[in-house]
Amino acid sequence: MTVHDMKHAGSDSARLEAVGGRLSRVDGPAKITGAAHYAFEQQLEGLTHAVLVGATIAAGKVTGIDTRAAETAPGVLAVLTPDTIMELNSASDWFGRQPSEETYCPLVREVTFSGQHVAAVVAETFEQAVAAAALVKVSYDEMPAIVDLSDGSDGIPVDAMTKEWGDAEAAFAEAPVRVCAAYNTPREFQAAMEPHGLIARWEGDQLTIWEPSQWLDGMARTYAEWFGVPFQNVRLVSPYIGGGFGSKALALAHSAVAAAAAKMLGRPVKLVLNRPQNFTSYGGRAATRQTVAIGADKAGRIQSIVHRGVNETAVDGMWVEPLGSVTSIMYATPNFSSKQNVVRVNTVVPGAKRAPGENPSAFGIECAIDELAHELGIDPLEMRLINYAEQDPHAKKAWSTRQLREAFAAGAEAFGWAKRSREPRSMRDGHQLIGWGVAAGTYPVRRAYGEAVVKLLADGSVEVESSSIDMGQGTYTILAQTAAETLGVPVEKVSVRLGDSHFARAGVTGGSRLAGVMTGAVYKAAGQALDELIGLALSDPRSPFHGLQANTLQVKGGRIASPRGDGPEFSIAELMRALGREKIEAKGDTVPASFTPEQRYNNYTTIAMALPHTEGDYSRHSWCAHFVEVRVDEDFGTVRVSRVVSALDSGRLYNPKLAESQWKGGIIMGIGQALLEEGIVDRRHGRIVNGNLADYMLPTNADIPDIRTISVGIPDPHSSALGGKGVGELGIVGVAPAIANAVFHATGKRVRDLPITLEKLI
Amino acid sequence: MRDFSYLRADSVEAARNAAALPGAMLLAGGTTLIDLAKCGVAEPATVIDISHIEGLNAIDVTADRAVIGALAKMSHVADNAEVKSHFPAVSEALWQAASAQLRNMATIGGNLMQRTRCPYFRDPQNFPVCNKREPGSGCSAIGGVTRGHAVLGTSEACIATYPGDLAIALVAFDAEVDLGERKLKVEDFFLAPGATAEREHDIRPGEMITAIEIPGSAAARRSTYLKVRDRQSYEFAAASAAVGLELEGDGRTIRDIRVAVGGVATKPWRARAVEEALKGKPLDEASVRKASELVMEGAVDHGANRYKIALAPRVIARAILKLGETA
Ligand SMILES: Cc1cc2nc3c(=O)[nH]c(=O)nc-3n(C[C@H](O)[C@H](O)[C@H](O)COP(=O)(O)OP(=O)(O)OC[C@H]3O[C@@H](n4cnc5c(N)ncnc54)[C@H](O)[C@@H]3O)c2cc1C
Ligand code: SF4
Repeated sequence: MTVHDMKHAGSDSARLEAVGGRLSRVDGPAKITGAAHYAFEQQLEGLTHAVLVGATIAAGKVTGIDTRAAETAPGVLAVLTPDTIMELNSASDWFGRQPSEETYCPLVREVTFSGQHVAAVVAETFEQAVAAAALVKVSYDEMPAIVDLSDGSDGIPVDAMTKEWGDAEAAFAEAPVRVCAAYNTPREFQAAMEPHGLIARWEGDQLTIWEPSQWLDGMARTYAEWFGVPFQNVRLVSPYIGGGFGSKALALAHSAVAAAAAKMLGRPVKLVLNRPQNFTSYGGRAATRQTVAIGADKAGRIQSIVHRGVNETAVDGMWVEPLGSVTSIMYATPNFSSKQNVVRVNTVVPGAKRAPGENPSAFGIECAIDELAHELGIDPLEMRLINYAEQDPHAKKAWSTRQLREAFAAGAEAFGWAKRSREPRSMRDGHQLIGWGVAAGTYPVRRAYGEAVVKLLADGSVEVESSSIDMGQGTYTILAQTAAETLGVPVEKVSVRLGDSHFARAGVTGGSRLAGVMTGAVYKAAGQALDELIGLALSDPRSPFHGLQANTLQVKGGRIASPRGDGPEFSIAELMRALGREKIEAKGDTVPASFTPEQRYNNYTTIAMALPHTEGDYSRHSWCAHFVEVRVDEDFGTVRVSRVVSALDSGRLYNPKLAESQWKGGIIMGIGQALLEEGIVDRRHGRIVNGNLADYMLPTNADIPDIRTISVGIPDPHSSALGGKGVGELGIVGVAPAIANAVFHATGKRVRDLPITLEKLI
Repeated sequence: MRDFSYLRADSVEAARNAAALPGAMLLAGGTTLIDLAKCGVAEPATVIDISHIEGLNAIDVTADRAVIGALAKMSHVADNAEVKSHFPAVSEALWQAASAQLRNMATIGGNLMQRTRCPYFRDPQNFPVCNKREPGSGCSAIGGVTRGHAVLGTSEACIATYPGDLAIALVAFDAEVDLGERKLKVEDFFLAPGATAEREHDIRPGEMITAIEIPGSAAARRSTYLKVRDRQSYEFAAASAAVGLELEGDGRTIRDIRVAVGGVATKPWRARAVEEALKGKPLDEASVRKASELVMEGAVDHGANRYKIALAPRVIARAILKLGETA
């Protein structure tokens, strides 16, 4: 929605601005100076404030809600309960599956997790709403809760996750060398700096929602279905997002409460979750448990992998964290079996957090291969090369591109891996035990169809519009680069407008797909606009190029001329003036021409139309190798990461500066996952007790060493129009096992439960 | 809305008079008070802003004595050259506490009055049971998540850890807190929970901290604060030690030693048994490590905090050995 002034973006060279150039983030200055206004910073006339009341039990029935004190508190406009909030329709899920006929109530009578929204208070001011919410008295009939994976049964098998070839169990039993161990990851949270929340305003049957969103079209669809209004009547606005990490793709119960309250009161309502509510109102990464058994021959060649995984899901919702996703493709093996269960526990439905599936999956297999290497006395890097998968072992297809061998080589070289001493506990510096560890990571290339609008304006400037978003990963910047390069105009002439669902449609920003999808769409739209401009220049009698003996023209630096440069040359503005045109507008898309309007709608509002990464002849993935040095204090058990070198294959980089920053962000998050992050549940109450940013440990700058990233990618024509593969999620995958492996090398202790906190080592 | 009155005190007398009012609380840097008000733990009827009182932020240090005004900021004290040279452990305890932003706001008086980080204490909505908040209601932590809880000085009523860093160094060096009409040893100012978990400090209505005083000593001059925690910065101690050392002329016999530990006890904890075991003995690693174990006499764990029993002696030993190396 915001227009950026590219002049302040710090670019003056043509190299920077082309696709592949290291242009700085064009939204950076606005964010640094505070000029960037986030979704719920809107100042609206007559704004009211809603505050939620959360359940204080993890399971049971609400037997009564006493709202009298709250209703008479100063400034209170409404106290909403399951009995008083308006009825909503159920909405379809993110696959677009038909909703049930039942009505939907975002406030609950049956509690299935602690913190679940039971009531809400709307008041004139935020403080009044907070005070009145504390006066709402809820009584419960409490029931026993299942608090985590260790409580439940083996769970429910998820057959769709089963992957098998050969006879894995038998081959494992016969293998001369075997390792088998269990690996656990705890419940983790996205912990984005910007909380969840929204402002909802109704004007007649038109609904405007200002809400940080990774998926405007998908969320608009949900609102439209909840309230039974046409899709076009809902406008979502999300100019900037202060971090999502997977958590901000769906309209959630609190979103429904705010929109319903606004409708009921006829006034705009603002509802922002407080920090503890950000730990209970939407799901973080599910806790997982995996056993990985690897059988190998004496030379280290894997004969069999047997993998079993379990993740927690909710009592009233299903989340599958695909734990076999990396296990099944990282190494060549003639025999393989992976199966997965889910266990229902009393938690909010877990959700996506950076590289859902691949992240915990890699923790299992990449630790297990390290254990096998140690068992055999083979260098862990060598071990990985011995078992290098030359094709996708599961899909049995060629890799589109797999620069993993190159990543191992480049990372090892830069890290100095060759100088590693094999024995655990053999390197030290005073009281610090030093360990070096390696692990690989991967993330599939998720592809979808996209569209964009590109406008050439009379003054020669360019506008790009899309309902996709920028949550810090750099969409504003790379789309400006793509349009500038395609049109042949300086990048400061391009303004990119995002984050408004009334712009050209876009699917979800998740699964690291947006850059590939949107650069493709902008490339297409810009190409069409350029073709139209050149066509008019050659054919329109008013054009100065009219009648020229040329069959095409070329735009460079915003000036148009014949390719041979022998004819006249004009700026785009001059040409537009001659043509008498206000603008040339092109809507370009990569959607198959055969798509019906319904399919198009589903393409943007569901994830059902995404292309599988193994579609056609190729298996498409990004790859990486992390090399990590840790220092473990021999007395205290404290682990600090002192060096990271990562070599990554994300294909062609649209902007290396932004890609490096994404990778590093992922690596930093991986350091937090390995050493610090854990939602700690009080087993008696089924409640997270560290749901705040003082007690939920995230790494500080002092915990992060210098990180070196090396790009080893090559353009991958099978993955996207411009040759890029995924960037955003790749970096985190493999970091935690690299650290765990380094800790083993430092101490001789294998910690298989994340996070690796000091009491596990002392 | 939770209304309260706000008074700005312009003198210590005015502040003390106002502080005698029921439900009155002093406001200095606000980093604890506002935090606790947001959690619903602090519900003052009257907030008395003392941050504008003149003359209470002085830092007056000689080799013999440090007198630090209650309103001196943590960051200023940590950076003070005289504090660094005569009382290094005090400076180190301060700069390893909280974050740069908090240290710029927070005062020395407020620091001594900070409350425990027990998660149950800080969440009254979900955990109404807490003896510290509601005397006689019970303790939610016992039987719950106790990784951060104390192993020393606990009672059946409360096992909450005293979280601060500065007071550990103060206790090690026999500092006093000046309450105007009374002066108390910092060690006595803090109260173990016993049967009255709600009483954490020996401070009466109408009293306020005006200053702290630390007597100078050779041990204070050769001192350090070692803080061990999961995260490298911006976290409370898993275990910490303030240690001061004075050696005889032979350079190896311990003449005087001071040891206090943090992160493991319900109040700043002086480890006299460790001191006594080492005084007059030669400084060597084996005896230091052995003596340091004595800090955990009488320790009681609650499962998840058992590691503190192993950790704290190691922290003490490393701090002593580090001082020994810097002869
Ligand atoms: C996220 C976070 C992390 C932290 N980490 C650490 C840490 O690692 N180590 C550490 O030691 N501390 C830490 N702290 C605590 C911090 O040091 C204290 O909040 C701070 O020192 C309090 O000082 P203040 O001036 O802001 O006090 P205020 O918030 O103004 O007051 C705190 C209390 O003291 C009372 N009070 C204030 N001044 C006086 C006085 N002169 N006489 C009597 N009573 C008074 C007030 O009434 C109030 O009850 C942390 C705090 C936060 C929020
Ligand atoms: S340990 Fe103390 S502060 Fe914590 S819940 Fe128990 S009584 Fe309250």
